[in-house]
Amino acid sequence: MPANSRLAWLLNDVAGKRLLAVVLAITVLVPILNLAVPADSFFHVPTYWVSLLGKYLCFALLALAVDLIWGYCGILSLGHGAFFALGGYAMGMYLMRQIGDRGVYGNPLLPDFMVFLNWQELPWYWYGFDNFAFAMLMVLLVPGILAFVFGWLTFRSRVTGVYLSIITQAMTYALMLAFFQNDMGFGGNNGLTDFKDILGFNLHADNTKVALYVLSGVALMIGYLLCRFVVSSKLGRVLVSIRDAESRTRFVGYRVEHYKLFVFVLSAMLAGVAGALYVPQVGIINPGEFSPINSIEIIIWVAVGGRGLLYGAVIGAILVNYGKTYFTGAFPEVWLFMLGGLFVVSTLFLPQGVVGVVQQWKQKRAERKAFKQVTPSASPQAKPDSSTAAVETAS
Amino acid sequence: MNVRTKHIPQHMLYVNGVTVSFDGFKALNNLSFVVAPGELRAIIGPNGAGKTTMMDVITGKVKPNQGDVFFRDTIDLTQHDEADIANLGIGRKFQKPTVIESLSIFENLELALVGNRGVFKSLFHTLSATQLARINEIIALVGLSERRNELAGALSHGQKQWLEIGMLLIQDPDLLLVDEPAAGMTDHETAMTAKLLREIAGERSVVVVEHDMEFIKALDCPVTVLHEGRVLAEGTLDQVQNNEQVIEVYLGR
Ligand SMILES: Nc1ncnc2c1ncn2[C@@H]1O[C@H](COP(=O)(O)OP(=O)(O)OP(=O)(O)O)[C@@H](O)[C@H]1O
Ligand SMILES: [Mg+2]
Repeated sequence: MPANSRLAWLLNDVAGKRLLAVVLAITVLVPILNLAVPADSFFHVPTYWVSLLGKYLCFALLALAVDLIWGYCGILSLGHGAFFALGGYAMGMYLMRQIGDRGVYGNPLLPDFMVFLNWQELPWYWYGFDNFAFAMLMVLLVPGILAFVFGWLTFRSRVTGVYLSIITQAMTYALMLAFFQNDMGFGGNNGLTDFKDILGFNLHADNTKVALYVLSGVALMIGYLLCRFVVSSKLGRVLVSIRDAESRTRFVGYRVEHYKLFVFVLSAMLAGVAGALYVPQVGIINPGEFSPINSIEIIIWVAVGGRGLLYGAVIGAILVNYGKTYFTGAFPEVWLFMLGGLFVVSTLFLPQGVVGVVQQWKQKRAERKAFKQVTPSASPQAKPDSSTAAVETAS
Repeated sequence: MNVRTKHIPQHMLYVNGVTVSFDGFKALNNLSFVVAPGELRAIIGPNGAGKTTMMDVITGKVKPNQGDVFFRDTIDLTQHDEADIANLGIGRKFQKPTVIESLSIFENLELALVGNRGVFKSLFHTLSATQLARINEIIALVGLSERRNELAGALSHGQKQWLEIGMLLIQDPDLLLVDEPAAGMTDHETAMTAKLLREIAGERSVVVVEHDMEFIKALDCPVTVLHEGRVLAEGTLDQVQNNEQVIEVYLGR
């Protein structure tokens, strides 16, 4: 390990490198198949699919953020949808301001919903959102600050386990109710929508959609690398230590609440970025994104993919959301039951998720192979040796 | 590192009149005792005597309702939390061995290695050659060199105990609190543990809680008997073993 240890965190992550290769490939290929391949070709990817895939990539980034705290630090946040939604609202506010006087009421300063409510001036908290850089800063800061305040209060009072999960649910629920209020100034239950363009580019143009898709892919890759760097550092091992034996970690001299706070804020910011990329691709953000069910769904993605691996979260998010797209189209009434079933099955039978199943299967196959190779000589001592060797090569 | 450069205090640990009650039940009842620098001290007593609670008080896990707890004469431990106290130089081994099962033996020791515990320091931390050598030294000392890269969860009960003692040592504390180290160990391991603790003491103060009399005998050190949250007797093992009261509440049963 000491040799080139500066990059060992990346080089040793075999599965992660594969995942990054796949994400890179689809990030590059899908735009080509959309823009360069003629629409009547078999290989053409319709723009509708580009945005859908872009949405999955945002969800994958969100799942990554949740796995970072849940898989590595044992913080089961059932409120991460809130950070995602806040990032989304920050982006949505920028997009609203971009509409300018092209709204239905043609008011150059006020978004339509404010005109409709007879507001005379822009609320102070909307100031600055016409500036893209400021809005992007808010995408990080708003979720980050909420996470910091929330984490500071809860981790310091040592709220853990189910209690913490319940409070996170309450947090997102409270935010949902607040954002539903018209007087909050975020568009009430309609939320923010009817976006026109982003940085001057038409949001309905194929090129813009493809660009957003590519950005989502890039964000996912950067997010993955960042998370992998964090969990491979000594800080990552402190997180695992907190997850497995919190009080032991304290007695070794680590200030558990600081570590939790760091990783919780980082995770909230990643979720915020995911939300900010999601909103322009789906064209709307409303308080429904805060609904407690959404946050629970994220947990299911991570559980299905395999917790505490990072790449498992990405795989889980994409698989479950593809399933959701398919089933809500084909059999809309069964999807929720399937989702619940999926959660029960994955927690009861697949503690390591889909990734765990694949790993076990590979390991068994390798063992069988190794066994076959030694059986002709039928040497009893050879068996244990070769099977451990097989385990090593498989892992 | 600490021990050699700091001044030598009069008392490494000074516990005076400590009372801890849980819903009216006094787990510690006016407990007083002192530990000198470099001293090895054994603590025995029946189940529920308050031995573990005493360690909880010293390490900041439980705040006493009454009484003083001072470390190195001047540091009031009741004013600090667990992480602070660990960094002040008090290491603790738990009754139930708690190593981090999903980290390797090496990583467990790396985690415990004395040094900066800050979040950002940890994020960019790399081991220096001296630190690496220190970890290897401790791994060898606790006899786990061959298994250094295995997960700690794969160790036997006795080996986990040793790893935890290794984690204690690598923290470089001035005072070690060791709760039932011999539990689940073979006779040979028990003897080795006693030898190790005796070697550690002298340079550091060591307080050992144990039920195993063979082990206490091998420690060959002053013994304090706890009963119902207070000190019942103090002396050599022979003296306390012949104490009427001790026989009645503890040894005789
Ligand atoms: N957090 C707590 N709440 C309530 N009672 C407690 C708590 N911790 C300890 N006790 C009680 O305090 C008493 C002393 O417990 P302690 O664990 O210190 O005993 P011990 O001497 O370590 O015993 P053992 O030899 O079994 O380890 C026991 O009766 C125990 O039930
Ligand atoms: Mg005890």
